[in-house]
Amino acid sequence: MALTASKILTELKKCGFDYVVTVPDDDSRRLYRLIESRPEFKLVSACREGEVIAIAAGLMLGGKSPVVLIQNTGFYESGDSLRGLAIDLHLPMLFLISCRGWKSNAPMTDSAAIYIRQAIEDWGIHHHLVEDDRHIDRISLALDEAKKAQKPVAVLLGCEISDDE
Amino acid sequence: MMNSFEALKVVSRHRGDAIVVPTMTANFEWPQVSTNPDLDLMFSGVMGKASSMGLGLALARPDKQVIILDGDGSLLMNLGALVTIAHMAPPNLIHFVFENSVYRTSGGQPIPCAGKVDFAGLAHAAGYCNTYAFSELSDLEKNLKKVLDQRGPTFVVLKLEPATERTPYPFTTTASILARFRTVLEKLKPEV
Repeated sequence: MALTASKILTELKKCGFDYVVTVPDDDSRRLYRLIESRPEFKLVSACREGEVIAIAAGLMLGGKSPVVLIQNTGFYESGDSLRGLAIDLHLPMLFLISCRGWKSNAPMTDSAAIYIRQAIEDWGIHHHLVEDDRHIDRISLALDEAKKAQKPVAVLLGCEISDDE
Repeated sequence: MMNSFEALKVVSRHRGDAIVVPTMTANFEWPQVSTNPDLDLMFSGVMGKASSMGLGLALARPDKQVIILDGDGSLLMNLGALVTIAHMAPPNLIHFVFENSVYRTSGGQPIPCAGKVDFAGLAHAAGYCNTYAFSELSDLEKNLKKVLDQRGPTFVVLKLEPATERTPYPFTTTASILARFRTVLEKLKPEV
């Protein structure tokens, strides 16, 4: 089973997101291209992930529904924005985190992947793992959870996103 | 060179019904001069992210002008924001930078390359539509209406006199004003 860009996009649409705020990365590049081509989503491409969280926070305060799309490496970079904005302001922000180096059936060797689950948990953020299309509805579940708890929730994309067959 | 408090008074006289996002020194001083506190999103620092938060607001609410009151040290912590803002190019965004060349709120240590960085030049090179630098209060007063009336994003450097002592006013956290700000902003939403 694969994790396909169009399935993720359909799920994001179902969730009601109107903005995707991102720093582009290799694992999610096909999703990025698809989002770019869809008028129902506005794409905000930033320079660093700390910016992404602050931009998404501003969008939320202004009444929009952004989703954050970053790589695990960028999650580490974004710490103070995560703390001072998403967590301290109790924003139900959904993070889609593409996981460089993730391996579900073999030992991981990339520290970006090895530490990510623990790092997210240490921030007090609950996370869901999406490794193929069968898990796509976990994105909606994560958003519901974020809204109920009024806090950020993460979805780890544990597989390179592919184009449709 | 200007005094930050006097410069803020001038900005306040011209802000109209704009959203204002003050950070660092401006966070302390702006509430003393603001005439529309319900639309002030007091910002708690977060390593210079006021400009990025302002960008999100400007994109979400194109019906409102968004004025960011940034510090020079704050901008240096989030310098990529200049490029991101220029890339998204919200016409309703005005980005002020209070250049006092020090980290005033943390002890007055000089910022890197103090007095040599050309902040307006950086914003121009990043792609802001308009960039200005004012050293005299009278020039700011005389030109501010024209500056604010332009299609943005617009960048304005205010060159301040040295002030290393901390401002005597209290700091306002974002969390403490957030509910009121959101409620007021929601009420001002244009009908679709």
